[in-house]
Amino acid sequence: MKGALVTPVIVMVVVYLLLKFVVPIIPGSAPLPFSVIILYMMLTLSGIGMFYTLSKDSKDAFWGPMERFLTGDNIGGMQALRWGLLILFPLLVGWQTYSSTAVSDEPPGENRTIHPAPPGEYAGLSNPVAKTPDAIQQGKGFYAAYCSPCHGGNFDGKGPAARGFNPPPANFADPTTIAMLQESYLFWRIKKGGVGLPIEGMPWKSAMPRWEVELPDEWIWKIIMGEYDGAHQSPRTWE
Amino acid sequence: MLVMAAGLLSLPALAFGADATPPAPVEYRDVPYVGSRNVIWVIAQLHLLLAGFVLGVPLFAWICEIVGWKGGEKRYDKLAKEFTKLLTSAYSTTALFGAILLFLLIGFYPKLMNYLSDIFFPSFIVYCILFLLETATLYLYWYGWDTMQEGGKKTFHIFLGFLLNFFAFFIMIIPNSWATFQSSPVVLAEGSDIARAWAATWNPTWWPVNIHRIIANVVLGGYICGAYAGIRYLSAKTPEERSHYDWMGYVGNFIGVFGLLSLPFAGYWLMREIYQYNQQMGITLMGGFLSWLFILQAMLIGVLFLGSNYYFWIGMTYRIPGSDIKYKKQMLAMLIALLVCLGIWMTPHSLVASMEEARKMGGSHHPLLGVFGVMSAKMTVANLMILVTFMSFIMYWRAGKVETAGWAKAAKIFMGLILAVSAIAVIVLGVWGYFVPAIIRINYFSTSQVLVVLGVLLTITPLTSILLKTAKTTSEMVWGVMPPRAGYSLVLNAIMIILLMTLMGYARSSSRVHWHVYGVLRDTSQYAYSPALGYASGIMALCTFLFCMIVAFIFWVATMGDKAKTPAVADKAGLPHGLPAMAGGSNALDEPKTSKF
Repeated sequence: MKGALVTPVIVMVVVYLLLKFVVPIIPGSAPLPFSVIILYMMLTLSGIGMFYTLSKDSKDAFWGPMERFLTGDNIGGMQALRWGLLILFPLLVGWQTYSSTAVSDEPPGENRTIHPAPPGEYAGLSNPVAKTPDAIQQGKGFYAAYCSPCHGGNFDGKGPAARGFNPPPANFADPTTIAMLQESYLFWRIKKGGVGLPIEGMPWKSAMPRWEVELPDEWIWKIIMGEYDGAHQSPRTWE
Repeated sequence: MLVMAAGLLSLPALAFGADATPPAPVEYRDVPYVGSRNVIWVIAQLHLLLAGFVLGVPLFAWICEIVGWKGGEKRYDKLAKEFTKLLTSAYSTTALFGAILLFLLIGFYPKLMNYLSDIFFPSFIVYCILFLLETATLYLYWYGWDTMQEGGKKTFHIFLGFLLNFFAFFIMIIPNSWATFQSSPVVLAEGSDIARAWAATWNPTWWPVNIHRIIANVVLGGYICGAYAGIRYLSAKTPEERSHYDWMGYVGNFIGVFGLLSLPFAGYWLMREIYQYNQQMGITLMGGFLSWLFILQAMLIGVLFLGSNYYFWIGMTYRIPGSDIKYKKQMLAMLIALLVCLGIWMTPHSLVASMEEARKMGGSHHPLLGVFGVMSAKMTVANLMILVTFMSFIMYWRAGKVETAGWAKAAKIFMGLILAVSAIAVIVLGVWGYFVPAIIRINYFSTSQVLVVLGVLLTITPLTSILLKTAKTTSEMVWGVMPPRAGYSLVLNAIMIILLMTLMGYARSSSRVHWHVYGVLRDTSQYAYSPALGYASGIMALCTFLFCMIVAFIFWVATMGDKAKTPAVADKAGLPHGLPAMAGGSNALDEPKTSKF
């Protein structure tokens, strides 16, 4: 293996190391799941394949050694390695097949829908409470009493009780959570809680209480206003 | 006596008969084992794909005919004719599938069809009249091709092409109104038949779908032309054939890319309208159980972008001697940009992760990559991919030439600046989008990104065209020397666009969930549930396979007569300087040279 094959191998290794070991140590980051690493690695491999087959010369330099190795054409001392690969490759496939189908103590992944569609009766609701400083302040007070233990005093999902939950409470300060939703969506989720999730939200693991049994609707609407204001976000609107 | 006795004894039966209630009207019928929904799904999808092909090809052929007419290049006219020839058989096949679909819908879903007929009957009449006009125009257009080649007759023929596309457009938008009505119905309780039909037709998603589909049809037509050329190129026996089909593949890819550049804009508008029409439907599509379809969509569109650019780049390195070294770095930079953009586009908001991985991430959203999972990031990278693809094309157009105009250097600096500033503007707007209310991002930032990119396209294209009018050709373009992988990439592009259309067909239908007509007429059949994505993917693959087989059959039938004739020699007419991008930027067709791959 030499020449044009060295650079692609280095690129693949560097990309893997970056994704596996460098990205997780970036402040505020976390380890990447295998599905994402494999996705980015496949894209890198596709890019390498495309780039090295753009011209005849680069294609020959890239593919030539592999072709010679696979066909056994003039490879001298590497013949043993070629036979080794012939034996190793089916074994690897077999191992992969076995490990992906064998019984494991690892719980299955949860590809649940995080934002299932709300029932029709909630979809068109608008906040009936006037957006006044008093109402927002009241909402923040209700939030502090009922929501902040889990969702945090800073609206960042890091309340004192948050560590006990999986999935963790939502981080409202993240611009990709409540800022993407209309107020009516939050009203539905707060009112009905985890037990009110529709079938597409399976498995129903949310520990969100069903607040309709404890809080009047007006308080819920005020909490929503308080959440948006406190998290420095705005609800999705069409006006 | 016996007869009278029998008559008296049978009297009670009349009473029973009088009491019997009439049988309830049949609402649904089914097909054992296969299921009526699956049958309708496959037939409707095939009809839609064929209709896209039949509506896209005349547009493609008409544009080629105009280019040939204006530029004096006969090979464009020949290409247009070659594809119009397909229309007669393709047209009848499409109509056949339309009729099968109609019969099956009436048979399987009588309640729904009764309801739709009640609302849309006036448009059924208009549709039939348009069909007659379209058919007559197609006959005149095709059979009159050879006799209408000169002077005023040619002008009239071009006008017929316009009429063909004009009627085709309305033939497309009328059924669109029926389909979009099912998703976003407008139902008038009172009023005349025409008033009710008109209100139902002009529903909130009608025009977004109309625009989206017409662009998609052009893309489909272009890429299928490319795939046809690719296959013919791979099986070509003579240098002339190779040269001709290499050039045809280039034109097909160009038209496909031309449409592809504007397709994401139309798709975004459609989604915006759906969201605004009904939050529930919007969330089902973009945040709910159908949201994974959009990751698949990103992959398919990404492969299309990569495949189209790859074909451009490979064309440069093989057709324009010296370009492989000259443009290697630029091609690498563009490839990396495309891959990074695609990586971001394909990153879902909620990642697929095991329990252990999710625990380490603190949930299903990665704290760092989570920002890639929302529309602000997706819109940004989609716009950047369009910009990169456009740059690829401009590079291809300019390759092998030296600008001789005195202001060429200033123009090139200006164009470089426009590109750089636009790319920065798109990124800044994308990042800024996270910090403003959603409505500001949707109404202003995203539209500004689109306008910036359109501005680049509309500024650089004419500027390059003017610049190249006086350019000196340093390397003549050599047709017919592309490697086999170029042909395969054309075929891959066609398969990707077909898969993409089947995927979006499923998304549009499934977004209605358990409604025939959203919120108005409920699906009460045993199939009132959305099929799982894996199952749906199987049907999509089946539809793609069947459509490819049908198109291959149409091509085979339509070109059967040609095989008896001598293979046509590629027209070697010179190409005026600076004539359009479609020409590939070469002024002459050299003698095809020996293949070097």
